[in-house]
Amino acid sequence: MAVIDLANPTRFLTLVNRVLPWLAALTIALFAVGLVRAMQAPDDYQQGATVKIMFLHVPAAWLSMMGWGVMSIAALGTLVWRHPLADVAGKAAAPVGAAFTFICLVTGSLWGRPTWGTYWVWDARLTSVLVLFLLYLGVLALYWTAEDPGRGSRAAAVLTLVGAVNIPIIKFSVDWWNTLHQPASILRMGGNAIDPSILWPLLIMAAAFTLLFFTLHLAAMRNEILRRRVRSMRIMQAQEVRA
Amino acid sequence: MNLGPHADFIVAAYAVTVFVVAALVAWVVLDYSAQRRILGDLEERGVTRRSQRKDGR
Repeated sequence: MAVIDLANPTRFLTLVNRVLPWLAALTIALFAVGLVRAMQAPDDYQQGATVKIMFLHVPAAWLSMMGWGVMSIAALGTLVWRHPLADVAGKAAAPVGAAFTFICLVTGSLWGRPTWGTYWVWDARLTSVLVLFLLYLGVLALYWTAEDPGRGSRAAAVLTLVGAVNIPIIKFSVDWWNTLHQPASILRMGGNAIDPSILWPLLIMAAAFTLLFFTLHLAAMRNEILRRRVRSMRIMQAQEVRA
Repeated sequence: MNLGPHADFIVAAYAVTVFVVAALVAWVVLDYSAQRRILGDLEERGVTRRSQRKDGR
């Protein structure tokens, strides 16, 4: 099957039906390994056992940005090539990305209280992630409330591309401004600053969360394709009744 | 495993994550079965999509 064939929703559904069980099984296996390694990881010399929150918070933060990246590529597909599968991909990624951003905000807050002494501070990193969450909610509102799905999709795609400006702001906020949030520890000049005993469980958990994201995204795309089929069949039914 | 004096925060973080992920999985699974059921009902009543029609209507 050529890659271009996947642009056909029926062929895409066939592929998703084949891939999804394997992807789900691999996700569960990686989470099992990652969680065991995370629970066995030593305490941090400064933060103690609260470092275990990092194994949830950091992958969720990465995926909150990756989700918007996926939506931005899909938005280009919607606006430039007007491909229906691109619109399906954007719409399906929005709730998943919003959920990971919510996890990032809540776990960050729960990590902040024992380490910083506060649940929340209006610094650049925290505020820009909150803005990302609000942007996700805005896109969801456009998708879910538009009377004409086509117009709603185009409006959501435009908001997605405008909101993409926020992604580098989130990433570099800790370098550009004075923030309570720590600077990058892994993806930074000069290599990572985390001991391998904590880094490996983090990377396994990040891989597990990434697989979870793609599993949920593909499953949500399948649902959206079916929903559109239902919609077109209902329109056909209504036209037949009128004829 | 000793979670230290801040065990409540660690347990709460994991509990929230499990809850949100479980809600996402439930949403995807329930939505899939709902769409399949509606599609099945429509097909039983003889409703087809335009691309499925052989007479080109």
